[in-house]
Amino acid sequence: MTHISVEINGQRVEREVDPRVLLVHFLRDDLGMTGTHWGCDTTNCGTCAVLLDGRPVKSCTVLAVMADGHAVRTVEGLEVGGELDPIQQGFMEEHGLQCGFCTPGMLVTGRALLDANPHPSEGEIREAISGQICRCTGYATIVRSIQWAADHPAGITNGQAEKEEVPA
Amino acid sequence: MQISAPFDYARATSVDDAIALLDRFGEESRLIAGGHSLLPMMKLRLARPEALVDINELAELSYIRDEGDHVSIGAMTRHHELIESPVLAQRFPIFADAGRVIADPLVRNRGTIGGSLCQADPGEDLTAVCIVLDTVVVLRGPSGERTLTMAEFHRGPYETAAEHNEILVELRVPVRPRSGSAYEKVERRVGDYAVAASGAAVSLAEDGSIAEIGIGLAAVGLDDRPAQAEAALRGQHPSDELIASAAKLTADAVDPIDDLRGTAEYKRHLAEELTKRVIALAIARAKGAQS
Repeated sequence: MTHISVEINGQRVEREVDPRVLLVHFLRDDLGMTGTHWGCDTTNCGTCAVLLDGRPVKSCTVLAVMADGHAVRTVEGLEVGGELDPIQQGFMEEHGLQCGFCTPGMLVTGRALLDANPHPSEGEIREAISGQICRCTGYATIVRSIQWAADHPAGITNGQAEKEEVPA
Repeated sequence: MQISAPFDYARATSVDDAIALLDRFGEESRLIAGGHSLLPMMKLRLARPEALVDINELAELSYIRDEGDHVSIGAMTRHHELIESPVLAQRFPIFADAGRVIADPLVRNRGTIGGSLCQADPGEDLTAVCIVLDTVVVLRGPSGERTLTMAEFHRGPYETAAEHNEILVELRVPVRPRSGSAYEKVERRVGDYAVAASGAAVSLAEDGSIAEIGIGLAAVGLDDRPAQAEAALRGQHPSDELIASAAKLTADAVDPIDDLRGTAEYKRHLAEELTKRVIALAIARAKGAQS
Protein backbone atom coordinates (compact mmCIF):
# COMPACT_ATOMS: atom_id res chain seq x y z
CA MET A 1 0.00 0.00 0.00
CA THR A 2 1.14 3.52 -0.74
CA HIS A 3 0.20 6.62 1.22
CA ILE A 4 -1.22 9.42 -0.94
CA SER A 5 -2.36 12.94 -0.25
CA VAL A 6 -4.57 14.46 -2.93
CA GLU A 7 -6.44 17.76 -3.01
CA ILE A 8 -9.93 16.90 -4.23
CA ASN A 9 -12.30 19.78 -4.94
CA GLY A 10 -10.25 21.95 -2.62
CA GLN A 11 -10.11 19.45 0.27
CA ARG A 12 -7.04 17.46 1.23
CA VAL A 13 -7.69 13.71 1.28
CA GLU A 14 -5.18 11.19 2.65
CA ARG A 15 -5.49 7.44 2.08
CA GLU A 16 -3.50 4.23 1.78
CA VAL A 17 -4.00 2.78 -1.71
CA ASP A 18 -2.86 -0.24 -3.68
CA PRO A 19 -0.69 1.24 -6.49
CA ARG A 20 -2.76 -0.53 -9.15
CA VAL A 21 -5.97 1.28 -8.17
CA LEU A 22 -7.07 3.65 -10.90
CA LEU A 23 -8.02 7.21 -10.08
CA VAL A 24 -11.62 6.59 -11.20
CA HIS A 25 -12.01 3.69 -8.75
CA PHE A 26 -10.28 5.62 -5.97
CA LEU A 27 -12.83 8.41 -6.39
CA ARG A 28 -15.87 6.17 -6.72
CA ASP A 29 -15.08 3.21 -4.44
CA ASP A 30 -12.69 4.58 -1.82
CA LEU A 31 -14.23 8.04 -1.49
CA GLY A 32 -17.81 7.32 -2.57
CA MET A 33 -17.71 10.15 -5.10
CA THR A 34 -19.83 8.55 -7.82
CA GLY A 35 -20.34 11.73 -9.83
CA THR A 36 -17.38 10.69 -11.95
CA HIS A 37 -18.66 7.89 -14.15
CA TRP A 38 -16.82 4.70 -15.00
CA GLY A 39 -17.46 3.84 -18.63
CA CYS A 40 -15.47 2.00 -21.26
CA ASP A 41 -12.39 1.34 -19.09
CA THR A 42 -10.26 1.67 -22.25
CA THR A 43 -9.43 5.40 -22.54
CA ASN A 44 -12.03 5.86 -25.27
CA CYS A 45 -15.31 7.21 -23.93
CA GLY A 46 -14.19 10.02 -21.61
CA THR A 47 -17.06 9.88 -19.13
CA CYS A 48 -14.46 9.37 -16.38
CA ALA A 49 -12.82 12.72 -17.17
CA VAL A 50 -11.65 14.76 -14.19
CA LEU A 51 -9.40 17.81 -14.00
CA LEU A 52 -5.87 17.03 -12.85
CA ASP A 53 -4.14 20.31 -12.00
CA GLY A 54 -6.79 22.01 -14.14
CA ARG A 55 -6.44 19.89 -17.27
CA PRO A 56 -8.96 17.21 -18.24
CA VAL A 57 -7.66 13.63 -18.12
CA LYS A 58 -9.27 10.21 -18.36
CA SER A 59 -9.22 8.89 -14.81
CA CYS A 60 -9.44 5.25 -15.99
CA THR A 61 -5.91 5.68 -17.33
CA VAL A 62 -4.31 7.47 -14.39
CA LEU A 63 -3.23 5.62 -11.25
CA ALA A 64 -4.48 7.09 -7.99
CA VAL A 65 -0.86 7.17 -6.78
CA MET A 66 -0.01 9.45 -9.72
CA ALA A 67 -2.38 12.07 -8.26
CA ASP A 68 -0.40 12.18 -5.00
CA GLY A 69 0.47 15.82 -4.29
CA HIS A 70 -1.76 17.09 -7.09
CA ALA A 71 -5.19 18.76 -7.33
CA VAL A 72 -8.18 16.85 -8.71
CA ARG A 73 -11.47 18.52 -9.56
CA THR A 74 -14.51 16.37 -10.23
CA VAL A 75 -18.06 17.14 -11.32
CA GLU A 76 -18.97 17.41 -7.61
CA GLY A 77 -16.61 20.37 -7.38
CA LEU A 78 -18.43 22.47 -9.97
CA GLU A 79 -21.25 23.60 -7.71
CA VAL A 80 -20.14 26.19 -5.16
CA GLY A 81 -22.28 27.20 -2.17
CA GLY A 82 -25.46 25.83 -3.70
CA GLU A 83 -24.96 27.72 -6.98
CA LEU A 84 -24.52 25.59 -10.06
CA ASP A 85 -21.57 26.42 -12.27
CA PRO A 86 -22.62 28.21 -15.49
CA ILE A 87 -21.55 25.09 -17.39
CA GLN A 88 -24.11 23.05 -15.43
CA GLN A 89 -26.76 25.71 -15.99
CA GLY A 90 -25.95 25.66 -19.70
CA PHE A 91 -26.65 21.93 -19.85
CA MET A 92 -30.04 22.58 -18.22
CA GLU A 93 -30.90 25.54 -20.44
CA GLU A 94 -29.89 23.91 -23.72
CA HIS A 95 -30.87 20.31 -22.93
CA GLY A 96 -27.26 19.12 -22.97
CA LEU A 97 -28.06 15.68 -21.63
CA GLN A 98 -30.39 12.86 -22.45
CA CYS A 99 -29.35 9.68 -20.60
CA GLY A 100 -26.73 11.61 -18.66
CA PHE A 101 -23.98 9.02 -18.75
CA CYS A 102 -21.39 11.14 -20.56
CA THR A 103 -22.40 14.31 -18.72
CA PRO A 104 -19.85 14.48 -15.86
CA GLY A 105 -16.99 14.19 -18.34
CA MET A 106 -18.54 16.74 -20.69
CA LEU A 107 -19.09 19.17 -17.82
CA VAL A 108 -15.53 19.14 -16.48
CA THR A 109 -14.01 19.29 -19.97
CA GLY A 110 -16.32 22.18 -20.81
CA ARG A 111 -15.28 23.97 -17.60
CA ALA A 112 -11.57 23.49 -18.39
CA LEU A 113 -12.11 24.77 -21.94
CA LEU A 114 -13.81 27.96 -20.75
CA ASP A 115 -11.17 28.53 -18.06
CA ALA A 116 -8.48 28.45 -20.78
CA ASN A 117 -10.52 30.03 -23.56
CA PRO A 118 -13.57 32.04 -22.39
CA HIS A 119 -14.88 32.64 -25.93
CA PRO A 120 -14.39 29.42 -27.88
CA SER A 121 -15.65 28.96 -31.43
CA GLU A 122 -17.94 26.05 -32.20
CA GLY A 123 -14.96 24.28 -33.76
CA GLU A 124 -12.90 24.76 -30.60
CA ILE A 125 -15.72 23.35 -28.47
CA ARG A 126 -16.05 20.32 -30.73
CA GLU A 127 -12.27 19.79 -30.62
CA ALA A 128 -12.24 20.05 -26.81
CA ILE A 129 -14.86 17.30 -26.40
CA SER A 130 -13.54 15.13 -29.24
CA GLY A 131 -12.13 12.62 -26.75
CA GLN A 132 -15.57 12.01 -25.28
CA ILE A 133 -18.46 9.98 -26.57
CA CYS A 134 -22.17 10.73 -26.19
CA ARG A 135 -23.99 7.56 -27.18
CA CYS A 136 -27.30 9.45 -27.33
CA THR A 137 -25.40 11.43 -30.02
CA GLY A 138 -26.59 14.67 -28.49
CA TYR A 139 -23.53 16.59 -29.58
CA ALA A 140 -25.44 19.53 -31.03
CA THR A 141 -27.04 20.33 -27.68
CA ILE A 142 -23.82 19.66 -25.75
CA VAL A 143 -22.03 22.19 -27.96
CA ARG A 144 -24.86 24.68 -27.45
CA SER A 145 -24.74 24.11 -23.69
CA ILE A 146 -21.05 24.95 -23.52
CA GLN A 147 -21.68 27.95 -25.77
CA TRP A 148 -24.44 29.07 -23.38
CA ALA A 149 -21.96 28.95 -20.48
CA ALA A 150 -19.48 30.99 -22.52
CA ASP A 151 -22.20 33.58 -23.19
CA HIS A 152 -23.23 33.68 -19.52
CA PRO A 153 -19.99 33.62 -17.50
CA ALA A 154 -21.84 34.68 -14.34
CA GLY A 155 -24.57 32.10 -14.93
CA ILE A 156 -28.08 32.55 -13.57
CA THR A 157 -28.43 34.26 -10.22
CA ASN A 158 -31.79 34.94 -8.53
CA GLY A 159 -33.46 33.20 -11.43
CA GLN A 160 -32.18 35.73 -13.96
CA ALA A 161 -29.66 34.92 -16.65
CA GLU A 162 -27.16 37.72 -17.05
CA LYS A 163 -25.93 37.65 -20.57
CA GLU A 164 -22.52 39.14 -21.06
CA GLU A 165 -22.56 42.50 -22.82
CA VAL A 166 -21.62 41.94 -26.43
CA PRO A 167 -19.95 44.98 -28.02
CA ALA A 168 -21.94 46.25 -31.02
CA MET B 1 -13.42 -4.25 -14.45
CA GLN B 2 -9.93 -4.19 -15.89
CA ILE B 3 -7.34 -4.22 -13.12
CA SER B 4 -3.66 -4.81 -13.70
CA ALA B 5 -1.64 -7.45 -11.90
CA PRO B 6 -0.05 -6.20 -8.65
CA PHE B 7 3.19 -4.24 -8.88
CA ASP B 8 5.53 -2.26 -6.68
CA TYR B 9 5.49 1.48 -7.23
CA ALA B 10 8.06 4.19 -6.67
CA ARG B 11 8.13 7.80 -7.70
CA ALA B 12 11.49 8.99 -9.02
CA THR B 13 12.79 12.30 -7.70
CA SER B 14 15.51 12.75 -10.33
CA VAL B 15 16.77 11.00 -13.46
CA ASP B 16 19.58 9.39 -11.47
CA ASP B 17 17.08 8.26 -8.84
CA ALA B 18 14.95 6.68 -11.59
CA ILE B 19 17.96 4.79 -12.93
CA ALA B 20 18.84 3.58 -9.42
CA LEU B 21 15.23 2.46 -8.86
CA LEU B 22 15.22 0.50 -12.14
CA ASP B 23 18.43 -1.25 -11.05
CA ARG B 24 17.05 -1.95 -7.60
CA PHE B 25 13.72 -3.36 -8.85
CA GLY B 26 15.46 -5.40 -11.56
CA GLU B 27 14.73 -6.51 -15.12
CA GLU B 28 10.94 -6.79 -14.71
CA SER B 29 10.51 -3.15 -13.71
CA ARG B 30 9.49 -0.42 -16.12
CA LEU B 31 9.36 3.33 -16.33
CA ILE B 32 5.94 4.91 -16.56
CA ALA B 33 5.47 8.37 -18.08
CA GLY B 34 2.01 9.42 -19.33
CA GLY B 35 0.99 5.78 -19.07
CA HIS B 36 -1.57 5.89 -21.87
CA SER B 37 0.01 2.95 -23.69
CA LEU B 38 1.40 1.02 -20.73
CA LEU B 39 -1.61 1.15 -18.38
CA PRO B 40 -4.09 -0.16 -20.98
CA MET B 41 -1.67 -3.03 -21.74
CA MET B 42 -1.32 -3.75 -18.01
CA LYS B 43 -5.11 -3.71 -17.56
CA LEU B 44 -5.38 -6.38 -20.28
CA ARG B 45 -2.39 -8.19 -18.68
CA LEU B 46 -0.53 -7.95 -21.96
CA ALA B 47 2.15 -6.31 -19.82
CA ARG B 48 2.90 -7.43 -16.26
CA PRO B 49 5.77 -5.36 -14.89
CA GLU B 50 6.70 -6.26 -11.32
CA ALA B 51 7.43 -2.63 -10.53
CA LEU B 52 6.72 0.80 -12.00
CA VAL B 53 9.10 3.73 -11.67
CA ASP B 54 6.97 6.86 -12.11
CA ILE B 55 8.84 9.73 -13.80
CA ASN B 56 5.90 12.15 -14.03
CA GLU B 57 7.36 14.42 -11.36
CA LEU B 58 10.63 14.97 -13.26
CA ALA B 59 10.08 18.60 -14.28
CA GLU B 60 13.75 18.62 -15.30
CA LEU B 61 12.71 16.57 -18.37
CA SER B 62 9.93 18.92 -19.47
CA TYR B 63 11.16 21.69 -21.76
CA ILE B 64 11.45 22.88 -25.36
CA ARG B 65 14.57 25.00 -25.90
CA ASP B 66 15.81 26.74 -29.04
CA GLU B 67 19.60 26.25 -28.97
CA GLY B 68 20.26 27.96 -32.31
CA ASP B 69 21.58 25.06 -34.38
CA HIS B 70 19.10 22.63 -32.82
CA VAL B 71 15.98 22.51 -30.68
CA SER B 72 16.13 20.41 -27.50
CA ILE B 73 12.96 18.69 -26.36
CA GLY B 74 12.81 17.08 -22.91
CA ALA B 75 11.44 13.54 -22.92
CA MET B 76 8.59 14.37 -20.50
CA THR B 77 7.24 17.12 -22.75
CA ARG B 78 3.57 16.28 -23.13
CA HIS B 79 1.77 16.07 -26.45
CA HIS B 80 -0.28 19.20 -25.82
CA GLU B 81 2.95 21.11 -25.17
CA LEU B 82 4.30 20.04 -28.57
CA ILE B 83 1.17 21.49 -30.18
CA GLU B 84 1.25 24.74 -28.21
CA SER B 85 5.01 25.48 -28.48
CA PRO B 86 5.82 28.69 -30.42
CA VAL B 87 9.40 27.45 -30.93
CA LEU B 88 8.21 24.26 -32.62
CA ALA B 89 5.52 26.12 -34.58
CA GLN B 90 8.24 28.31 -36.06
CA ARG B 91 10.96 25.71 -36.52
CA PHE B 92 9.14 22.42 -37.07
CA PRO B 93 5.40 22.74 -37.84
CA ILE B 94 5.32 18.95 -38.32
CA PHE B 95 5.09 18.56 -34.51
CA ALA B 96 1.78 20.44 -34.36
CA ASP B 97 0.50 18.63 -37.48
CA ALA B 98 1.19 15.25 -35.85
CA GLY B 99 0.32 16.32 -32.30
CA ARG B 100 -3.19 17.35 -33.29
CA VAL B 101 -3.94 13.86 -34.63
CA ILE B 102 -2.53 11.90 -31.69
CA ALA B 103 -5.45 10.31 -29.86
CA ASP B 104 -7.61 13.11 -28.39
CA PRO B 105 -7.10 16.27 -26.28
CA LEU B 106 -7.47 14.45 -22.96
CA VAL B 107 -4.91 11.81 -23.86
CA ARG B 108 -2.59 14.56 -25.12
CA ASN B 109 -2.70 16.13 -21.65
CA ARG B 110 -0.88 13.04 -20.32
CA GLY B 111 1.04 11.49 -23.21
CA THR B 112 4.72 12.37 -23.59
CA ILE B 113 7.11 12.42 -26.53
CA GLY B 114 9.60 10.19 -24.73
CA GLY B 115 6.91 7.68 -23.85
CA SER B 116 5.66 7.56 -27.44
CA LEU B 117 9.14 6.92 -28.82
CA CYS B 118 10.01 4.28 -26.23
CA GLN B 119 6.70 2.46 -26.62
CA ALA B 120 7.36 2.41 -30.40
CA ASP B 121 3.85 1.35 -31.32
CA PRO B 122 3.79 0.77 -35.10
CA GLY B 123 0.78 3.10 -35.43
CA GLU B 124 2.38 5.83 -33.35
CA ASP B 125 3.10 9.22 -34.97
CA LEU B 126 6.08 10.85 -33.26
CA THR B 127 8.60 8.20 -34.28
CA ALA B 128 8.01 9.05 -37.94
CA VAL B 129 8.24 12.76 -37.11
CA CYS B 130 11.59 12.33 -35.34
CA ILE B 131 12.91 10.09 -38.14
CA VAL B 132 12.26 12.65 -40.88
CA LEU B 133 13.84 15.45 -38.84
CA ASP B 134 17.13 13.53 -38.30
CA THR B 135 16.52 13.76 -34.56
CA VAL B 136 19.28 12.73 -32.15
CA VAL B 137 18.14 10.66 -29.17
CA VAL B 138 19.87 11.14 -25.80
CA LEU B 139 19.74 8.16 -23.43
CA ARG B 140 21.04 8.25 -19.86
CA GLY B 141 22.01 5.16 -17.88
CA PRO B 142 24.18 4.22 -14.89
CA SER B 143 27.39 4.99 -16.79
CA GLY B 144 26.28 8.30 -18.25
CA GLU B 145 24.76 9.56 -21.49
CA ARG B 146 24.96 8.30 -25.05
CA THR B 147 23.49 9.74 -28.23
CA LEU B 148 21.92 7.73 -31.03
CA THR B 149 20.40 8.48 -34.41
CA MET B 150 16.73 7.55 -34.80
CA ALA B 151 17.82 4.69 -37.09
CA GLU B 152 19.96 3.34 -34.25
CA PHE B 153 17.34 3.96 -31.57
CA HIS B 154 14.17 2.72 -33.29
CA ARG B 155 14.55 -1.00 -34.05
CA GLY B 156 10.99 -1.76 -35.09
CA PRO B 157 7.56 -2.30 -33.57
CA TYR B 158 7.75 -2.10 -29.75
CA GLU B 159 11.54 -2.34 -29.85
CA THR B 160 14.18 0.32 -29.20
CA ALA B 161 17.87 0.40 -28.33
CA ALA B 162 17.16 1.66 -24.80
CA GLU B 163 18.47 -0.76 -22.18
CA HIS B 164 16.34 -1.68 -19.18
CA ASN B 165 18.09 0.84 -16.93
CA GLU B 166 18.35 3.66 -19.46
CA ILE B 167 16.04 6.66 -19.75
CA LEU B 168 15.38 8.66 -22.88
CA VAL B 169 16.06 12.15 -21.53
CA GLU B 170 16.21 14.45 -24.56
CA LEU B 171 15.60 14.77 -28.28
CA ARG B 172 17.78 17.13 -30.32
CA VAL B 173 16.30 18.29 -33.60
CA PRO B 174 18.77 19.93 -35.98
CA VAL B 175 17.76 23.33 -37.39
CA ARG B 176 18.41 23.73 -41.10
CA PRO B 177 18.12 26.83 -43.29
CA ARG B 178 15.15 27.26 -45.64
CA SER B 179 13.38 24.25 -44.16
CA GLY B 180 9.79 23.09 -43.86
CA SER B 181 7.99 20.02 -42.58
CA ALA B 182 4.50 18.51 -42.55
CA TYR B 183 2.54 15.47 -41.39
CA GLU B 184 -0.78 14.05 -42.48
CA LYS B 185 -2.74 11.06 -41.26
CA VAL B 186 -5.92 9.21 -42.16
CA GLU B 187 -7.78 7.73 -39.20
CA ARG B 188 -11.18 6.08 -39.11
CA ARG B 189 -12.39 8.44 -36.39
CA VAL B 190 -10.92 10.92 -33.92
CA GLY B 191 -8.63 9.22 -31.47
CA ASP B 192 -8.01 6.07 -33.45
CA TYR B 193 -4.59 4.91 -34.52
CA ALA B 194 -3.58 5.74 -38.09
CA VAL B 195 -4.83 3.77 -41.05
CA ALA B 196 -1.77 5.32 -42.63
CA ALA B 197 0.26 8.47 -42.04
CA SER B 198 3.16 10.22 -43.71
CA GLY B 199 5.57 12.97 -42.73
CA ALA B 200 8.19 14.91 -44.64
CA ALA B 201 10.91 17.43 -43.81
CA VAL B 202 12.76 19.36 -46.49
CA SER B 203 15.48 21.98 -46.62
CA LEU B 204 16.13 23.93 -49.79
CA ALA B 205 19.44 25.07 -51.25
CA GLU B 206 19.89 28.76 -52.09
CA ASP B 207 18.97 28.03 -55.72
CA GLY B 208 15.65 26.49 -54.61
CA SER B 209 16.64 22.87 -55.22
CA ILE B 210 16.07 20.23 -52.56
CA ALA B 211 19.18 20.04 -50.36
CA GLU B 212 17.85 17.60 -47.76
CA ILE B 213 14.69 15.50 -47.65
CA GLY B 214 13.34 13.13 -45.02
CA ILE B 215 10.25 10.97 -45.49
CA GLY B 216 8.75 8.77 -42.77
CA LEU B 217 5.52 6.82 -42.45
CA ALA B 218 3.43 5.28 -39.68
CA ALA B 219 1.27 2.13 -39.68
CA VAL B 220 2.33 0.86 -43.12
CA GLY B 221 5.18 -1.50 -42.24
CA LEU B 222 8.15 0.73 -43.00
CA ASP B 223 10.52 1.46 -40.11
CA ASP B 224 13.27 3.06 -42.22
CA ARG B 225 13.05 6.00 -44.57
CA PRO B 226 12.23 5.27 -48.22
CA ALA B 227 15.77 5.72 -49.57
CA GLN B 228 14.91 5.57 -53.27
CA ALA B 229 12.18 8.18 -52.97
CA GLU B 230 14.49 10.50 -51.06
CA ALA B 231 17.32 9.98 -53.57
CA ALA B 232 14.95 10.89 -56.41
CA LEU B 233 14.27 14.24 -54.78
CA ARG B 234 17.68 15.22 -53.42
CA GLY B 235 19.46 17.86 -55.51
CA GLN B 236 16.44 18.36 -57.80
CA HIS B 237 14.25 21.39 -58.31
CA PRO B 238 10.79 20.52 -56.99
CA SER B 239 7.92 20.01 -59.44
CA ASP B 240 4.56 18.27 -59.24
CA GLU B 241 5.83 15.44 -61.46
CA LEU B 242 8.95 14.94 -59.33
CA ILE B 243 6.91 14.84 -56.11
CA ALA B 244 4.43 12.40 -57.65
CA SER B 245 7.20 10.05 -58.73
CA ALA B 246 8.80 10.18 -55.26
CA ALA B 247 5.44 9.41 -53.69
CA LYS B 248 5.10 6.42 -56.05
CA LEU B 249 8.55 5.18 -54.97
CA THR B 250 7.45 5.56 -51.35
CA ALA B 251 4.34 3.48 -51.98
CA ASP B 252 6.59 0.80 -53.53
CA ALA B 253 8.70 0.74 -50.35
CA VAL B 254 5.94 0.26 -47.78
CA ASP B 255 4.72 -3.15 -46.63
CA PRO B 256 1.27 -2.73 -45.06
CA ILE B 257 -0.99 -5.56 -43.88
CA ASP B 258 -4.73 -6.16 -44.18
CA ASP B 259 -6.42 -5.48 -40.86
CA LEU B 260 -9.53 -3.93 -39.32
CA ARG B 261 -8.35 -0.47 -40.36
CA GLY B 262 -8.16 -1.28 -44.06
CA THR B 263 -6.70 -3.44 -46.77
CA ALA B 264 -3.02 -3.40 -47.67
CA GLU B 265 -3.99 -1.99 -51.09
CA TYR B 266 -5.90 0.91 -49.52
CA LYS B 267 -3.03 1.68 -47.14
CA ARG B 268 -0.53 1.65 -50.00
CA HIS B 269 -2.74 4.11 -51.87
CA LEU B 270 -2.86 6.32 -48.77
CA ALA B 271 0.92 6.13 -48.36
CA GLU B 272 1.35 7.48 -51.88
CA GLU B 273 -1.30 10.21 -51.64
CA LEU B 274 -0.33 11.41 -48.16
CA THR B 275 3.37 11.43 -49.04
CA LYS B 276 2.64 13.53 -52.11
CA ARG B 277 0.73 16.04 -49.99
CA VAL B 278 3.26 16.33 -47.18
CA ILE B 279 6.23 16.76 -49.51
CA ALA B 280 4.39 19.56 -51.33
CA LEU B 281 3.35 21.21 -48.07
CA ALA B 282 6.85 20.90 -46.56
CA ILE B 283 8.32 22.58 -49.65
CA ALA B 284 5.70 25.34 -49.55
CA ARG B 285 6.50 25.95 -45.89
CA ALA B 286 10.23 25.98 -46.63
CA LYS B 287 9.65 28.64 -49.28
CA GLY B 288 7.56 30.63 -46.81
CA ALA B 289 10.38 30.41 -44.28
CA GLN B 290 12.78 31.91 -46.84
CA SER B 291 11.33 35.40 -46.61
